Amino acid sequence: MLEIKNLHANVNGKEILKGINLSVKAGEVHAIMGPNGSGKSTLSSVLVGNPAFEVTEGEVIFNGKNLLDLEPEDRSREGLFLSFQYPVEIPGVSMVNFMRAALNEHRKYKGQEPVSATDFLKLMREKRAIVELDNKLASRSVNEGFSGGEKKRNEIFQMAMLEPKLAILDETDSGLDIDALRIVASGVNRLRTPENAAIVITHYQRLLDYIKPDVVHVLYKGRIVKTAGPELALELEEKGYDWIKKEMGDE
Amino acid sequence: MSDMKAEQQYIDLFTRYEDLIRRHASDVQNAPRTQALADLERLGFPSVKSEDYKYTDVAQAFAPDYGLNINRLDIPVNPYDVFRCDVPNLSTSLYFVVNDTFCDKMLPKSHLPEGVYAGGMRIFMEKYPEVASRYYGKAALTAKDGIIALNTMLAQDGFVVYVPEGVVVERPIQLVNIFRSDVDMMANRRILVIMEARSEAKLLVCDHSIDDVKFLATQVVEIFAGEGAFFDYYDLEESSVSTTRFASVHVKQESGSNVLVNGITLNNGLTRNNYYIELNGEQAETTLCGMSILDKEQQLDTYSHITHAVSDCTSNELFKNVLDDHAVGVFSGRILVKEGAQKTAAYQTNRNLCATREARMYSKPQLEIYADDVKCSHGMTTGQLDENALFYMQSRGISRDEARMLLSVAFTSDVIGYVRLDALKDRLHKLVEKRFRGELARCAGCRICK
Repeated sequence: MLEIKNLHANVNGKEILKGINLSVKAGEVHAIMGPNGSGKSTLSSVLVGNPAFEVTEGEVIFNGKNLLDLEPEDRSREGLFLSFQYPVEIPGVSMVNFMRAALNEHRKYKGQEPVSATDFLKLMREKRAIVELDNKLASRSVNEGFSGGEKKRNEIFQMAMLEPKLAILDETDSGLDIDALRIVASGVNRLRTPENAAIVITHYQRLLDYIKPDVVHVLYKGRIVKTAGPELALELEEKGYDWIKKEMGDE
Repeated sequence: MSDMKAEQQYIDLFTRYEDLIRRHASDVQNAPRTQALADLERLGFPSVKSEDYKYTDVAQAFAPDYGLNINRLDIPVNPYDVFRCDVPNLSTSLYFVVNDTFCDKMLPKSHLPEGVYAGGMRIFMEKYPEVASRYYGKAALTAKDGIIALNTMLAQDGFVVYVPEGVVVERPIQLVNIFRSDVDMMANRRILVIMEARSEAKLLVCDHSIDDVKFLATQVVEIFAGEGAFFDYYDLEESSVSTTRFASVHVKQESGSNVLVNGITLNNGLTRNNYYIELNGEQAETTLCGMSILDKEQQLDTYSHITHAVSDCTSNELFKNVLDDHAVGVFSGRILVKEGAQKTAAYQTNRNLCATREARMYSKPQLEIYADDVKCSHGMTTGQLDENALFYMQSRGISRDEARMLLSVAFTSDVIGYVRLDALKDRLHKLVEKRFRGELARCAGCRICK
């Protein structure tokens, strides 16, 4: 589904990604872990086409298409979704209008008619339940005045609405208390199918107790330095990242 | 000729046709003409050298040779043919002014409560000369402003809303100003609103231009809100790029009155809107707001002057502009809190979006405060759309253009939020969206664009 080959990327002229190789297949959940500043969030930003990041080398094939050639909106319409680490507040744009615009653009891309008002509201209600998002939040401006936990639940709600093929969860666990974490994780699990895949970017093992990964990668200094099964996450939790740093000969 | 002052041709016109002008107008409207002429000769038009007209060249706007309908000839137009009020669920008492003549042939079946007058100015003044002369020209002073002097010197008709003490007019009153002419045309429009104590009414004025010739309008609006009166004034401008408008709205408020003035410019050429609000009685409250969507070479110059003359009054001011292409926006907001006007609350905000590097916005807040126990604030920002928000929306599959449109609509939504008529509010949200999509090339009311 996703094939990343030798991906290099800069931000403000500084090279952050130094040759990433990663392959994700349908039905899989990959966890990407790593210390602060290793390039985890840069990788997710580059994949969704954030203009602040410049790709200098490499290629990314997503469902047979050259992802890096696509505009951010087309990446989304092709089935890529990022749950933002810091969701953006958009005063004055209601969640309803925002979601309807997004959903209809997805439908248009697939050659479908816009969704009817009643079907749309029904869909909203259905998907809202998955992350226990209050109706009041759904009628407010996008993320405006939402608590940290509500913002993250809102990200998963949007994911449920758009049904992506590949979801990237960028530190979705950060700033969540244990109840919110459970709600978010169970939402993500309910959305799993054999046809879709997820990349879970996290600093801690904690989230992986709820969302079981098939593969765990360690990103360090812009490269994937270790890939193994779920046991790697436990090992990292126990030994910390210093172990990786030592192994890399840095300390 | 080139040395001649721009106002001279209008002074000559008046001198030559004074008899004719007077013959086709009421005594009340004729009374201040001689003084208006003297004031215009003394003041002239405001100069671009004066601080308040730095960005709008009045002389240039008045220089062309416009036709005037001094003889009050019938203009061959059926307003209903060119205008259909398409605000669903909004039922109004609808009146028309074509150029500057009140259309007395097409009056709504009266739904107005007893004693209330809405209609032509000439008819009103002939019917109620005492009431009319007590108010006409008493808020818009010819001695202060050359354009008001010109309007007062030439205006022959207009529109009046008169609501007696304690009467509540439930149904909104709507006035549609239509510009219709085959030659370049000038109109001198007047609106007089008299709200006696504890009366209530809402007036919606829509400006439309239906021909491509040059139009020039001077528009003087006087609003008197008596004790405890409630009045809403909505001014929706949907004219054309070849229309120039000099409007001034003068509001005088007595104690406990509540006035909302909301000016929305969806399409225009060059517009100057002056707002003068005087809070003369305690506990009076005013909301002055407006928004514009400007592109091409369009220009909107907004000037406001709110006077807190007594204590315990509140004013809320909010103006927003969205500027694209080479559009120019000007905001100059003066708030004067007089000595003794304690416990004044005055808030002023001006926010602007510039979509291109060529668009220009000039903003100048001015607060003059001579009392020491007041709450006053002002804020001004001019910037671009939030890139983070745009990207966030794109990442959900929304195209950049659509995202820009949604953010622009959101930017102006709080001004529309002040509208106290739900049906009109819904309609305005839709009109603004259409305007941003470029589907509102001219105006939504006329046949041509439907």
